Amino acid sequence: MKFSYYPGCTLKTKAQELEKFALNSAAALGVELEEQKEWQCCGAVYPLAEDEIGTKLSSVRALAEAAQKNEKLITLCAACHHVIKRVNEDMKTKDDVKNKVNNYLQLAQDYQGEAEVIHYLEMLRDEIGFDKLAEKVTNPLTNRKIGAYYGCLLLRPAETMNFDDPENPSIIEEFIKALGATPVKYPYRTECCGGYLSLDNKELAQEMTDNIMKSALKNEVEELVTACPLCKYNLENKNGKIAISYFTELLAEALGVKE
Amino acid sequence: MGRMKIIPDAKKKELQQILEISGENVKDCMQCGKCTAGCPASSSMDILPHQVIRLLQLGQLDKVANSQTIWSCASCFTCTTRCPRNIDLAKLMEAVRLTIIRSKGSSRLKADDVPGKIDPKMPQQAIVSGFRKYNK
Repeated sequence: MKFSYYPGCTLKTKAQELEKFALNSAAALGVELEEQKEWQCCGAVYPLAEDEIGTKLSSVRALAEAAQKNEKLITLCAACHHVIKRVNEDMKTKDDVKNKVNNYLQLAQDYQGEAEVIHYLEMLRDEIGFDKLAEKVTNPLTNRKIGAYYGCLLLRPAETMNFDDPENPSIIEEFIKALGATPVKYPYRTECCGGYLSLDNKELAQEMTDNIMKSALKNEVEELVTACPLCKYNLENKNGKIAISYFTELLAEALGVKE
Repeated sequence: MGRMKIIPDAKKKELQQILEISGENVKDCMQCGKCTAGCPASSSMDILPHQVIRLLQLGQLDKVANSQTIWSCASCFTCTTRCPRNIDLAKLMEAVRLTIIRSKGSSRLKADDVPGKIDPKMPQQAIVSGFRKYNK
């Protein structure tokens, strides 16, 4: 099983663990992830303005390269996934964006949204299957009560992201279960951590993460997992009562490849 | 005859700009308040999310543009996902922010501000998104 792989800026710097454990685990699962040669930063936030084109180009370059290789494009960072998936939707559905982007990029062949971008978790669920994943677990995480922290970017807007039920998702809980641990659902697992507000309004971001942490504590979550480096940073910033790690770290541990 | 909404001519152009940047039609809003009820950042907002749309309906753009609200919005898309009228309020908030920061010299975050706002653990993602959101 081979995929094109888009890492993104943070995975090469502050979130190296998210990538390292993902690559170790992929190798253990027989999945080949080939990093794109000249990937560019996705911009971290999807440009919401209808009249912005320039900020969508890096995503299109990544998508077009995957399409040309006839491979699905795998992402790991929730923000990269959000941006690239929404830009791909624009390239499929918005003629003005499609025309302007293609006029600018002058690719060998016009790109019209042919590639499919999937998040690593979707690869585990849809390409491998959580039942098959469970069979490959050599070090089950028995008796650990783990809460999924979804955040915003993988889930919303639901029609475009098409990742899971935006109000009551289950993919990460199923993932936790496949690794032999006990998933714990708590109400605030899909609430926003504040995201980029931690730069401009730390107090508000703190209040938002407080609410999430209180909810997790109340429901006896012992550890949290996430797919987003900024969520992890924001949640760690508060009191540190519950440890939070990347979902790939759990995966590597359960597969016996956490080095 | 029903009530008429009078939008001053001077504001029509700016309002049109907001609608064009966002691609959203504020007239679709029926003020049910679901956006406000679910907003995780509403505690620090001086104008609540549903009131933002109401003010835009009434052409009172200045009140929105001068509010804390547009800077408290984290673009989490909870309102977007829950709106029964399919209005993307996150896009409207963005459009109002952009009418401000797209003017020359009006970026909310400047490169010189960054060292004072970061710490060694902060991921690149935060800085990149901060620039995309607050600097043009």
